[in-house]
Amino acid sequence: MVTAAIKATETTPRGCELSISRLSHRFALEGAPLDVLRNIDIDVAPGEFVAFLGASGCGKSTLLRLVAGLESPSEGEILCDGEAVSGPDPRRIIVLQDPTLYPWRKVYGNVSLGLEARGVLKQQRGRVGETLRLVGLSDFANAYPHQLSGGMAQRVSLARALVNDPELLILDEPLGKLDSLTRLTMQGEIVNLWRNAGFTTLLVTHDVEEALLMGTRIIVLTERPAGIKADIRVDKPYPRHRGDPDLVAKRQEILRLLGFEEAL
Amino acid sequence: MALTAGLSGPKSVSLPRSPGSTARRREIALAGLASAAWLACGLIVLRWPDLGDWGRGPEFAYASAALAAALALSGGAQVFRLGAPARFRRATPWLLVLGLVISAWEATSAKLGWLPQPFFPPPHAILEVFTDDWAKLGESVVASLKLELLGFALGAGCGFFIGVALGRSRAFGYWVHPILRVIGPLPAIAWLPIAFFAFPSSWSASIFLIALTTGFPVAVLTWSDVASVNPAFYDIARTLGASRAFLVFKVAIPAALPQVFVGLFMGLGASFAVLVTAGLGFYLQWAQGWAAYANMYAALIVMSLMCTGLVTLLFKLRDRALSYQKGDLKW
Repeated sequence: MVTAAIKATETTPRGCELSISRLSHRFALEGAPLDVLRNIDIDVAPGEFVAFLGASGCGKSTLLRLVAGLESPSEGEILCDGEAVSGPDPRRIIVLQDPTLYPWRKVYGNVSLGLEARGVLKQQRGRVGETLRLVGLSDFANAYPHQLSGGMAQRVSLARALVNDPELLILDEPLGKLDSLTRLTMQGEIVNLWRNAGFTTLLVTHDVEEALLMGTRIIVLTERPAGIKADIRVDKPYPRHRGDPDLVAKRQEILRLLGFEEAL
Repeated sequence: MALTAGLSGPKSVSLPRSPGSTARRREIALAGLASAAWLACGLIVLRWPDLGDWGRGPEFAYASAALAAALALSGGAQVFRLGAPARFRRATPWLLVLGLVISAWEATSAKLGWLPQPFFPPPHAILEVFTDDWAKLGESVVASLKLELLGFALGAGCGFFIGVALGRSRAFGYWVHPILRVIGPLPAIAWLPIAFFAFPSSWSASIFLIALTTGFPVAVLTWSDVASVNPAFYDIARTLGASRAFLVFKVAIPAALPQVFVGLFMGLGASFAVLVTAGLGFYLQWAQGWAAYANMYAALIVMSLMCTGLVTLLFKLRDRALSYQKGDLKW
């Protein structure tokens, strides 16, 4: 039993612990500084799935870019397992709303990008096929991106992230451009991938239901400059059902927080 | 069954041949006409005495007759429903028109003298240049190709490097961008006087000029595309652990490649203008100077074949490099 438990912890890579403290960010917009984030404090436990909700343009994506290390915050700091985020790192991988696959590379080449960039493709070649199988695209390894549907392209983009065994997966509205049926399927798929691999996940979405179906925790942000308006735990087993009375109640609470009383 | 047989039976007898067979009859007729045109061309050249003194008439006539025979064979093969090479069949309408034009050219130049001489020598005089002056012509072609390929490679390489560096480095851009803006649009011919005294030989001067005309469009188009690569491409690569070199060689350059080829095409086209001053250009000028118009036409034909060959080669290269795109532009 004990050995089995140890083995389990060894094979499932642990997600990282994220600690954001007094984080503020502003853009210089034609001379006048534009406050985007103000004084944000968030602690995320390893393996948590945090969904961010907020009005569009409130600064959610900026928050994710800062966590990914693509930009440096104006004030405050972001710690990943106690280590300050000072730049992009393959342990923290971002998946964007647009799949942004490289059109000149086949699916296989796109997925293997991270391994190639880090110079470990030769040793870990098997990982590429494995990850493609994980997202159900084994048959499309030799297809070019322009031959894929939107959902397939986004799956490739997920595989491109997952092949690197990230400790933190940053999802910036990954399902935003997909049709509603593909969305439903992929919500379930992402949750399964996350539960199997155990990485910490941040998700930005505009869809309250999506946040409720996927996240263990929902953070509602205020309008720009974004601060934290509410921090809601969702302790429900997966797979979740949208009709669940508890989720329905939480949905109404969140919509009210976002200022949609009349929609209820 | 009986009903359909009753309906289709008598009709099928009176039906004209299937549409495929009318197309076949048209092809046979075309081949016959083209054959006749070339046969006429051969007879005109052989039997109708020349007004002037031009060589290689009989050879030209026999070549025309051979072409006529090939066309007749192709038509005959179709009469008996045997295949003829598809390319040859497709070219038949063109061969017919060419046969008529060249017959008319022969008649009006060498035979009737309606076209002013020596400006319009008959086709067999041009053939004479190829058969009797091929050594000199070939030498000029080789010299031109050497100049063109060396200059083009040099210009494309430098232009590409400058373009990538401009797109990726701000310091490089500060110094090089103004120079490019001032020098680039100047037509290469304007450099001619400077090039000829700044370089030790006309050979190196020509290479410099070809490189210059090629380099400018390649640099500008490479630069604009490297600079406008979707920034998310870089973001993705950076989070995946890409180094600076990886960003340049595996992201910026492949992303910019389609525009680079546009630059290469523009550069190649522009560089042909320089060739008029060197290599085959010398031959052209020499022929013009001696009023050897047959030689001039021969050189023009060779030059156009060479240029179109190079452009075709570049297209093939592009199709190979950009095979991931759906090829839409055809040369």
